[in-house]
Amino acid sequence: MTHSTSSGSSRARETEGRTRRGMKAWRLKLYVAGTTPKSLEAFDNLKRICEEYLKGKYCIEIIDLIKKPKLAKGDQIVAIPTLVRKLPTPIKKIIGDLSNKEKVLVGLNIVKKG
Amino acid sequence: MTFEEKEKDLTENFASLGFDLPALVKAKKIAIDYVKIERSEIEETGEYDLEGLFVRIASAIDSVGAKRIVLDTIEALFSGFSDDSILRAELRRLFGWLKEKGVTAIITGEKGENLLTKHGLEEYVADCVIYLDHRVNEQLATRRMKIIKYRGSKHGTSEFPFLIGEEGISVFPITSLALTSKAYHDRVSSGIKELDEMLDNKGFYRGTAVLISGSAGSGKTSIAAQYAASVCKGGKKAIYFSFEESEDQLLRNMRSIGLGLKKWVNKGDLKFVSNRGSGYGLEAHLVLAHKVIDEFKPDAVIMDPINTLLESGTLDEAKAMLARLLDFIKNKGVTLLMTDLAIRGEISEATEIGISSLCDVWIKLNMSVEGRTKQRLLNILKARGMKHSHEVRNLMISDKGLSIKDIEMYSPAAWPRSGLGSSGVPLSAEGGAR
Repeated sequence: MTHSTSSGSSRARETEGRTRRGMKAWRLKLYVAGTTPKSLEAFDNLKRICEEYLKGKYCIEIIDLIKKPKLAKGDQIVAIPTLVRKLPTPIKKIIGDLSNKEKVLVGLNIVKKG
Repeated sequence: MTFEEKEKDLTENFASLGFDLPALVKAKKIAIDYVKIERSEIEETGEYDLEGLFVRIASAIDSVGAKRIVLDTIEALFSGFSDDSILRAELRRLFGWLKEKGVTAIITGEKGENLLTKHGLEEYVADCVIYLDHRVNEQLATRRMKIIKYRGSKHGTSEFPFLIGEEGISVFPITSLALTSKAYHDRVSSGIKELDEMLDNKGFYRGTAVLISGSAGSGKTSIAAQYAASVCKGGKKAIYFSFEESEDQLLRNMRSIGLGLKKWVNKGDLKFVSNRGSGYGLEAHLVLAHKVIDEFKPDAVIMDPINTLLESGTLDEAKAMLARLLDFIKNKGVTLLMTDLAIRGEISEATEIGISSLCDVWIKLNMSVEGRTKQRLLNILKARGMKHSHEVRNLMISDKGLSIKDIEMYSPAAWPRSGLGSSGVPLSAEGGAR
């Protein structure tokens, strides 16, 4: 609870990934609808990026809206696949198959824009 | 599916139209899903589709067994996502899918510059397009709707005014497009014995429109009130729409000519509806009149005076509105008596163009100065479907009520300058000289 690293104000530090102790600093949710090529692709791409940049600091939860349609409302999901960064805050959303690595890194604030 | 208003705002807006949204939701009649799309929160990379929206719509439909769905407004998607080609393909898929499910979808959108809608939505949802418009004309706002297309259906093509009120939305079509007004053969008394005599000895036809025009103080309201009293005396009901005087003022003023109207009001046979003619838009008057007439079910309706109505809105609009109202009233077999203020004894232009043709009987009042006294002159300009007097006679107003007498001193020189021919066309010397 004493960690302030996951707060939105410390974006610079969070990209350096100082939170090593305790819970995972990066909580990601990937929303899909059934097992489609696009969602598989998105998961593969995400896994690869996380392993490369966030190894040991992340967890990915996959939510299949076909099985749990009620969950779409909570994160305001419209497009599929949608990746939601729950932690660190603020919440970020990336839609698409995550094939463009640079965009994903920028979108998740793993690498700063520019 | 709401894209712009949250559930809370929606609830409030529904309440203003007389719908209790939370109750409907509780009774599982309606499911609401607020779809928030925040462009700034969303990054796009690679291929995506709108399956998430599909899932949400399907879940909402299934939760209440919906037969109808409203998407308000789907244009929000266009501002939320940058890839138009994906959106268009997905929308096409969405509407195809909804159709397959047998769900009627109502989609709102903004008007576009060249297209019907901003993003050409009509391309996908082209079964029926209804165009709404909100115009302000001479400070009065009117809403209109028009059906632009409706596949596989005959539909009206003109613009219809509509009103949003406490009881939802009311639209006013022009009912007399085919002129199907029923003609009644029974007669009703005008309330003045001598006037009945001038009208083929029988008075007005039931279900017709009677116009009384004249200058200020010529006795229009007196005739109208006398008619109302006579209707009530005959055991029938009347509504008096007063656009200038309040109920109290009218009751007091009419007492001075021996008309006790209060007792009919107390008995529930006479109802006054007083509001300022220009206080509302024309459509609002129309709605009010519809409502009151439907509730009260009168045998006669009096509107005093209609020129104040004509002042609200443009003449064309006023004419169209009055035509609608007249139709509505006449089709119910209700007799309508209207008064109109003619400036300086002349027929006001508005009456001339707009109203006279809609009326079945037109009685004109004139003031003339005879020696030291003013006289009220009355003549019947037209009375469709009956023999009527063409004489100009004297309207007498006393504390015993109204009566009509022959003019005593016949002196042509004392007649109003624009003497009237029997057809009602002013034989004006000035007009001919110009």
